[in-house]
Amino acid sequence: MISALTGFYDSLGSTGQFALWSFVKIAIVFGVVMTMVAYAVLAERKISAFIQDRQGPNRVSLPLIGSIPVLGPFLTRLGIWQPLADGVKSFLKEDFTPDYVRKAYYWIAPAITFIPALLAIAIIPFGSNLNTQKMVIADLDIGILFTFGVVSLGVYGIVLAGYSANSKYPFLGSIRSSAQMISYEIAMGMSVVPIFLVVGKLNLGEIVSYQAQHGWFIFPPFAQEQTLLSYLVWPFALLSFFIFMVSAFAETNRLPFDLPESETELVAGYNTEYSSMKFALFFMGEYAAIIAGCGLMVTLFLGGWSLPWIADQPATTIGMGIAHILIFLTKTVMLLVLFIWVRWMFPRFRYDQLMNLGWKRFIPMALANVLIVAVILMLVYRPPVVVGP
Amino acid sequence: MSAADIFFYILAFLTVACGVMVVANPFSRNPVTSAMFLVLTIVFMAGLFILLNAFFLAAVQILVYAGAVIVLFLFVIMLLDLKEEERRKVKTIGAGLGTIAVGAIAFLIGRSILSYAKTLPPTELTLQGSTVALGRKLFTDYVLPFEILSLLLLVAMVGVILLSKKDLK
Repeated sequence: MISALTGFYDSLGSTGQFALWSFVKIAIVFGVVMTMVAYAVLAERKISAFIQDRQGPNRVSLPLIGSIPVLGPFLTRLGIWQPLADGVKSFLKEDFTPDYVRKAYYWIAPAITFIPALLAIAIIPFGSNLNTQKMVIADLDIGILFTFGVVSLGVYGIVLAGYSANSKYPFLGSIRSSAQMISYEIAMGMSVVPIFLVVGKLNLGEIVSYQAQHGWFIFPPFAQEQTLLSYLVWPFALLSFFIFMVSAFAETNRLPFDLPESETELVAGYNTEYSSMKFALFFMGEYAAIIAGCGLMVTLFLGGWSLPWIADQPATTIGMGIAHILIFLTKTVMLLVLFIWVRWMFPRFRYDQLMNLGWKRFIPMALANVLIVAVILMLVYRPPVVVGP
Repeated sequence: MSAADIFFYILAFLTVACGVMVVANPFSRNPVTSAMFLVLTIVFMAGLFILLNAFFLAAVQILVYAGAVIVLFLFVIMLLDLKEEERRKVKTIGAGLGTIAVGAIAFLIGRSILSYAKTLPPTELTLQGSTVALGRKLFTDYVLPFEILSLLLLVAMVGVILLSKKDLK
């Protein structure tokens, strides 16, 4: 049986093996991300309940597990089964399409919102390697540019949702959202340039291995290899991280920047006319985008799978490979909790404040940041001046 | 025919088909639909770049062009009267002139491609697509055209501000 399987595996050739492994990785990552989306919603509800001094979801119980003496009621109180109930509910609800919407766009908009978030995850290295496989779905040399390209397509989902709904509030929400996302995409794109200037590569895997060696960009002192450069760049890397994180809040339409759906003024913004699974797709798209954003921040600034002293070399054993994946997931989940926490701590920005912050503060700051880091690099490396052709 | 060839023909067909749908959509005269087909055209064109190993160009194509069409969207929604646009008929003179212009451009491009095909053996037409190679070219051989282009964009930006401000003080 096993020899037949290995024989089949060998007969695939390098292209076939690559396709097979990619397929396996896509399936696993998709499963993990979907589970994380479901439980991020639960975490959101539990944390908000904690902050507002409530209980949160504590009722859903499964027939057999619920009757185990101590464990069953405990899991029920934690709300572990709540995502299950939510999922079943959104599938079984009536999928109502109002008469006045533009049908084609109305149908396609939720999918367009959801897909880019998943595509962005494809290039994030979630571990070093397992056996001989690199733990990233697509090891692209253009790395971050792919992410920004894909994310810029995500706006279409929201704009089409607002346009297709053919009614006031969704329309206003989508117009706001497109302006917001275009503005903050610029700040976000500029803020990461210093990181790539320092590393000299666009590939995200290279960024992580650089940090494994020279220390995390936001905290170099634990680095294996201490260099003057990493300390000179440190304050500017922190600024980059700050701009990137705030822009990520704006890009994913999270509070304090959730103007596209600000309930008090716009009912529910761009998704007002949606119900059942289509609404759930918008909802899941938002959380998938947050997970992608957190993963990206971990990769760019927090050293990806690396941990000082314990894990600063690409894994050679399977156990170490799994440990790297767990380290990456832990960091991502911690940022995720930060995202949720911020939502319940800050009031919403006003629209003009949001635009001022984006255009008059962040973009000039990010530009200056790029310039200063470039000058530092030039002074440290002092490359030989080449004159002539 | 290799797999790359098949992909090329599929993508090229889709690019041209979507391009036609942008300007001459028989089913709908809605400007938003046109803009959506423009996005699809750009995405398929990025696919063509990937076939040429120009990953950087493909990413920038989507990032800059597909990302910028959203602005077109906003223009359509905010400045154009959609019902008026949908009712407007295609003028004969406009269609005729357009056809002539497209024909002329197609003739020019076709001629230059054909003349190249005669002089160069096809193996020498490999494209340098990596980001490093592209950046080096841009900042050495092509630095003047590059800077002039950015100046052109600056002029366009100033023009937009001038047009959109109703009362200039």
